[in-house]
Amino acid sequence: MAVCVAVIAKENYPLYIRSVPTQNELKFHYTVHTSLDVVEEKVSAVGKALPDQRELYLGLLYPTEDYKVYGYVTNSKVKFVIVVDSSNTSLRDNEIRSMFRKLHSSFTDVMCNPFYNPGDTIQSKSFDSIVSAMMVQSS
Amino acid sequence: MESHEEKPIIYTMENKPIVTCAGDQNLFTGLYGLLSQQLPREPMEWRRSYGRAPKMIHLEANFVQFKEELLPKEGNKALLTFPFLHIYWTDCCRWQGALRLHGSTDWLVVVVESDGKKKNKTNILPRTSILDKIRNDFCNKQSDRCVALLDPLKDSSRSQESWNSFLTKLRTLLLMSFTKNLGRFEDDMRTLREKRTEPGWSFCDYFMVQEELAFVFEMLQQYEDALVQYDELDALFTQYVLNFGAGGRNVHTSVFIPPVMSVVRRADGANWLGSFCQPVRAWSGLLLRRPIDMEKREVIQRGEASLLDLRSYLFSRQCTLLIFLQRPWEVTQRALDLLHTCVQELRLLEVSVLQGALDCWVFLSCLEVLHRIEGCCDRSQLEANFSHTVGLWTYATEKLKSLGYMCGLVSENGPSSEELNRTVDLLAGLGTEKPETVNSLQSPYKKLKEALSSVEAFEKHYLELSHAALEMYRAIGRLRSGRLVGKSLAEFYMRKGDPQMAQTFLQDALKSYTAEGWSLPITHTRKQIAECQKQLQKTEDYLQTSALLASDANLSDEERKHFCQEILTFASQASEGKDQCMALSMTAFAQLRELQFHPSAATVHIGAALQLELRLCSLMPVPVHLEQLVCTVLYSEIRPAPAGSQRRPALSPDGTVTFPATSPSRGAAPGPAAPALELQEIQDRSPSDNALNSTGVVCKNVHLLMRINDNPASLDPPSAAASAITVEDGAEMLKANDVTLLPGNNSIIFSAPSLKAGSYTLRQLCATVGQVQFVLPHIYPIVQYDVYSQDPQLTVEPLTESLLAGLPQRVKFTILTGNYTVKKGDALQLSNSDSMPILHSSACSACILTSTGDQVGEASVSIQSSEKVTSISLPQTPPYHTLEFQLEVLCHIPSAPARAESERLTNGEVRHRPKNRTRYNSGMASIDQKVSVDCPWSIYSTLISLTFYTPFKAQHSLLSAGKRKYIQVCLRNVSDTNFRLANQTLADHQCTPSLQLLSLNAKTHQLVYSKQCVYSLWEVKWATEPPSCLQCVFTASFSPADAPDTALKPYRYEFQIERVTTLYSVKAEIQPAVGEQHCHAGALCRLEVSITRVMDPSEAEREDEEYTESEGLRTTKLMYEVVDNSSNWAVCGKSSGLVSMPVAAMATHKVQMEVMPLFAGKLPFPSIKVSKYLAHSAPPTTQPEADSCLENDNLSLLDKGLEDQGDTASLRSRGSVHSLGSGEQQQRGPPMPRLESFSPGQVFNCSMARQVLVLPSTDDHVLEVNVT
Repeated sequence: MAVCVAVIAKENYPLYIRSVPTQNELKFHYTVHTSLDVVEEKVSAVGKALPDQRELYLGLLYPTEDYKVYGYVTNSKVKFVIVVDSSNTSLRDNEIRSMFRKLHSSFTDVMCNPFYNPGDTIQSKSFDSIVSAMMVQSS
Repeated sequence: MESHEEKPIIYTMENKPIVTCAGDQNLFTGLYGLLSQQLPREPMEWRRSYGRAPKMIHLEANFVQFKEELLPKEGNKALLTFPFLHIYWTDCCRWQGALRLHGSTDWLVVVVESDGKKKNKTNILPRTSILDKIRNDFCNKQSDRCVALLDPLKDSSRSQESWNSFLTKLRTLLLMSFTKNLGRFEDDMRTLREKRTEPGWSFCDYFMVQEELAFVFEMLQQYEDALVQYDELDALFTQYVLNFGAGGRNVHTSVFIPPVMSVVRRADGANWLGSFCQPVRAWSGLLLRRPIDMEKREVIQRGEASLLDLRSYLFSRQCTLLIFLQRPWEVTQRALDLLHTCVQELRLLEVSVLQGALDCWVFLSCLEVLHRIEGCCDRSQLEANFSHTVGLWTYATEKLKSLGYMCGLVSENGPSSEELNRTVDLLAGLGTEKPETVNSLQSPYKKLKEALSSVEAFEKHYLELSHAALEMYRAIGRLRSGRLVGKSLAEFYMRKGDPQMAQTFLQDALKSYTAEGWSLPITHTRKQIAECQKQLQKTEDYLQTSALLASDANLSDEERKHFCQEILTFASQASEGKDQCMALSMTAFAQLRELQFHPSAATVHIGAALQLELRLCSLMPVPVHLEQLVCTVLYSEIRPAPAGSQRRPALSPDGTVTFPATSPSRGAAPGPAAPALELQEIQDRSPSDNALNSTGVVCKNVHLLMRINDNPASLDPPSAAASAITVEDGAEMLKANDVTLLPGNNSIIFSAPSLKAGSYTLRQLCATVGQVQFVLPHIYPIVQYDVYSQDPQLTVEPLTESLLAGLPQRVKFTILTGNYTVKKGDALQLSNSDSMPILHSSACSACILTSTGDQVGEASVSIQSSEKVTSISLPQTPPYHTLEFQLEVLCHIPSAPARAESERLTNGEVRHRPKNRTRYNSGMASIDQKVSVDCPWSIYSTLISLTFYTPFKAQHSLLSAGKRKYIQVCLRNVSDTNFRLANQTLADHQCTPSLQLLSLNAKTHQLVYSKQCVYSLWEVKWATEPPSCLQCVFTASFSPADAPDTALKPYRYEFQIERVTTLYSVKAEIQPAVGEQHCHAGALCRLEVSITRVMDPSEAEREDEEYTESEGLRTTKLMYEVVDNSSNWAVCGKSSGLVSMPVAAMATHKVQMEVMPLFAGKLPFPSIKVSKYLAHSAPPTTQPEADSCLENDNLSLLDKGLEDQGDTASLRSRGSVHSLGSGEQQQRGPPMPRLESFSPGQVFNCSMARQVLVLPSTDDHVLEVNVT
């Protein structure tokens, strides 16, 4: 389903980034990094709304010929980015949303772990398995 | 399409709904202008079917003369040429028949009446009748389809009114026609769509039908509705392609499909897709300059359209409508989607495409869209919406780039023949330029052709596009996207052999990745930079980058080894003449993890060994041999306080300094780490006398810190920082030669120099590998060690908490040798004092300890005592060691008050007298003993003060029983030790023979516990005359209770007692009131005080006392006072008075007074105090009043006799005041009587502690208790 899942800290450095092993990992790093431009744009546009009305899901950040990049930003400004293959047309907005929700709840679990130091890269196995499930699901 | 003449109508899209007119053509021609002008003037509400919202619509119409050919034939679906309304003007026979023949019910008969006509005719035939007749004749059931129009050309209110109602009618009917005809059309269309699963159904046919509807909406200027038609077609097509692509392999039935569509199956429904799967032969791009691209439309109509044709046409229509709707930014958005979709769909349908053809198509399309948007927006609008267009720019750039690579336009050598052939093929697919753009210079077509024509032209166009995209990204703040374009440009420049240009872009990109900590992009970009630097022969930068890459965990081992080898190869190169070392930053090469001092305090004395263990983590993939590892040290002369009294903050208790881990290759993860503040103290001393002129703190790396503040986002690339590395020359340095650093942790031990006292700060670490030096410019946190020099020191302290006088006590001598070496024959010379002899035993040994407290040896100390000096010869001791030994001293308890004489000590100093002090908290008297010591290392004597405490405190008291006398001594143990006490004796100092002191004490030893007392009692007996004064000496022997073997030490207490003999005996008697047996509370009783002279005055007393001679009788005046301190008694009348006592044995004087007991019970007697009354200093004879007073023994008279004295209380107070004063003052002061109390032994109170029984007063208060 997803070909790349990334969690990016408030300060824009990657906390977690994983892509399908078959494809060029570097390319996804560039893609995700570039998508932060649009995330920032969208967040600053949304930021004017009242906090409780703010939608965490940012929608499609930008499409490329091969991929669609979706964004999500938590209230603490941690960003989630999911990259999906463009040819995967069966994927609907709702499914992307639910993927983000799952990711968010798993991320919250990671943050709740008293042994996790906020700001460190995520090495949680359960988080990893959630992400794996997202990447495997359809293929 | 109907016929060729009508094409232009469609072309312009300026057609209007057709309304035919028949009948009186002349009349209509006159009205035509007015009609077409006024019809759209007012909007009409158009109610729609299928729940669509009603709309306000301005109607327009194209009025044409009625011809039968205009009426559509059966089955014709064209809507644009459909006559929506037919109007007949006045005359209407055959016309209606023709309409009916074609089933058209949308008609209107207009009867135009002229006023003039009306007037001419009489009222025979009423005006209405014509209308009625027409109504009756033609519109039998639709009377509303006939309208009378009153002379429209005349300007009267009546005609205006009828004109308006006609217009309204016309609009209504026109709308009715729309609703009916469009509704019918839509129904047909839907039916057709439902048949899409049937064989033979063609998407292209359906396309044409739905587009017809879109045309009508467009004609009615309902662009939104028109767009909906195209969007539905778009979605339907997309779904077809997806399902077709999913194919037999995997039929998606669960996917969401808009309600207008249902499942489309490939097997039976999509053979029409065949035409879309044909190989792509033309890639001329979108064409957006025409409202309708008729060429494409015809291709679609013929069912020959390729996928690109259909998509292009569809998009051009959507684009047109969106621009009508003034939503140009949606065009760009959709364009990008469309281009991506097309590429995906062609891939999905496995359509064969010439390599690069799609790139051409996308490139052309992007530019076409951009041109179209630019055409309808002004500059400022465009600039505000870069975020919408920049995607297209980038996409076009990418495509051009890939075309360039494909066609060999990027390589340095130019295209090969194969690549040239490809170019030709690609250009062929472009076809000829469209007539719209033939004349424009900047058409996408021309651009692409030109770009593909030559290397130079390609470069020009590619750079132009790239820079435009870069510029836009910068303008809208999408810096990261800009960096990516920059990187793409860099790759281009590298291909073109221009590393200089490439490096600029790469450095920018690296900066941004480093700032945000993206390790993989950092590594990749750095690798590219390394390539640039290698080509540019920037050796230093290249080596620095290589070091970073060699330590980069993201790279494979081979790559890391390669870069490491690059450095080592350079390092091993023979230096060509100039042996200049290349200084690189150490951060990439190795990391300083920890530093440990041995000993851990990091403070040593001069010459001591201090080891420094360096834990260095090598980041290189292979072992690296270092010729030298040097740590420069900054020496400063500031004398540290010895023995590490102040601990440095970075130093842990075990002497370890831990350095924060940084990862140079990944960049600082949570934001760039600012360089540490580097501060140094400066002191400016005057050259002449070395006095401090000024002092201050200097920050040595302000330039670094300031730069960080100026531009917080950017982090200096390591290559730039490397140039700032300077190797400091320090006089002192820690050095290790020939060290091999293995990958991972290494431990290197240095010996730190400690020859000069001062503070040493570690500054830099520098590793030398051949020609290359890796420098850690600042060691932070600051690491320091101190070397100190110390003068020898002697301390003497008691072993116990306090020293007790009278007992041998141990004291400890501690010598810190410091920088002094104790040589053989060195001795301490102690001056002796009588009060504190030094008790030395032959065997006295000393411990020698190192500065850290480890014992290194033991030696004997020999002590020799002469008359004045005790000499202690010391064993040999090296410097910075501790020498410890113990001595026993004894301090005699001073028995007598110290004599005020100053002895001269042997060494000529004035001996400090032992001072007796009292420690207030414990009541212990202390004695300070000072000893002067001459040390071998100093010409001055050291004065040592020891404080001893007396363990006992003695008090004496004289007790009497009538004439018998006793002496009591109370010995209080004030120390914390328990003592055994023996041989308490009391002796008369004067040794009066007649006097005997009879001990009443136990003979055995007694224990005196800490803080407790022992009382001893002696009876004084005399043979002839009682002594007036006793001088006694109390002696006792004591030893500590826990050491019974030790010899008993003496304790001595001297005291003197005067006026021992009893002079008077006082007796009180209380008797109840007359007739009563007992005293009652509240009832008056009689108190009788009798004072008796016990014995004749002695010789001594005779001189001492003051007597009054009167009537041959010697008397002395006494004052008695009845004092009741416990408020048991109330004295009625005077409680005190004077009596005159004859000075003779057994002379008695009785005084009676009334007292009242206040309580019942056994009450103690009120105490009676007797004191001497000394009349004022007048001669004793002149006291007549006192005499009379005596005779009367009347208290009231006594008062008179005291003259101006208010009462006895005031007398008493005055008397006491005066008695306190000295005799001399007494004489000089005003003549006042005074009181003098007797010594404790002189008055014996017989009734002391007697009690009397007092009964309760007769109870008048009866308490009745009734029990019911």
